[in-house]
Amino acid sequence: MVPKKSYSELSITFNQLLYMQIKILAFGIAKEIVGGSTAVIALPEAPTVENLRGVLAGQYPALEQLASLAIAVNGTYATDDQCLQPNDEVVLIPPVSGG
Amino acid sequence: MLVVTLIMTIMIDIQLTDQPLQPQQCTDFVLKAGAGAINVFIGTVRDHTQGRRVVRLEYEAYEPMAIAEMRKMAEATMQRFPVQCIAIHHRVGTLHIGDVAVVIAVSTPHRAEAFEACRYAIDTLKQTVPIWKKEIFEDGEVWVAAHP
Repeated sequence: MVPKKSYSELSITFNQLLYMQIKILAFGIAKEIVGGSTAVIALPEAPTVENLRGVLAGQYPALEQLASLAIAVNGTYATDDQCLQPNDEVVLIPPVSGG
Repeated sequence: MLVVTLIMTIMIDIQLTDQPLQPQQCTDFVLKAGAGAINVFIGTVRDHTQGRRVVRLEYEAYEPMAIAEMRKMAEATMQRFPVQCIAIHHRVGTLHIGDVAVVIAVSTPHRAEAFEACRYAIDTLKQTVPIWKKEIFEDGEVWVAAHP
């Protein structure tokens, strides 16, 4: 006999279908804005970098005030149409100031 | 392709370190018999910014990508100019007034392209390499270039 699933279990399964959680790393002023060097962001399924930008802008409006914000995926600058996978290393790159 | 990679490895020296930089190491690395010119850029910590007294700088890097981007810009410099060797060393951590933050040395056959290549390299580093510095003043602190 198949055990009956409770409503909450079903609800978690349903949410997992629609959302993906990704861990982001943040450096420089972005680290101060998101309140730490890592953050977990919930994104709609099959997200792109552009989707991530939209969610970040809602959660952390101060990111919008920066002169620029690049997103790196797996160690390379990403374009806005790039798709994100759950295990990607996603990094917020505020204006660089080396040298 | 493997040969190209090996040659690039011999001609490029990239270092990202929290230890004091040694400019002489960079000039020693790029000194080659076929090169008649070496140009070295040394970036140091200045004691003021726009009239405010700087106490210290704090540098941080997204290290694996910073090293990869330093290598990319070194390769781009070699493609653009007749560079024989290039060394790029960058410091991270807490730096005080007069400390060396970055050293770039290039060697070329003649002097004109040595100046141009070195300038191109430092200008590109400042635009593409994920390294950040925070200026600590007597009365506050600011992430350099963060805001328009």
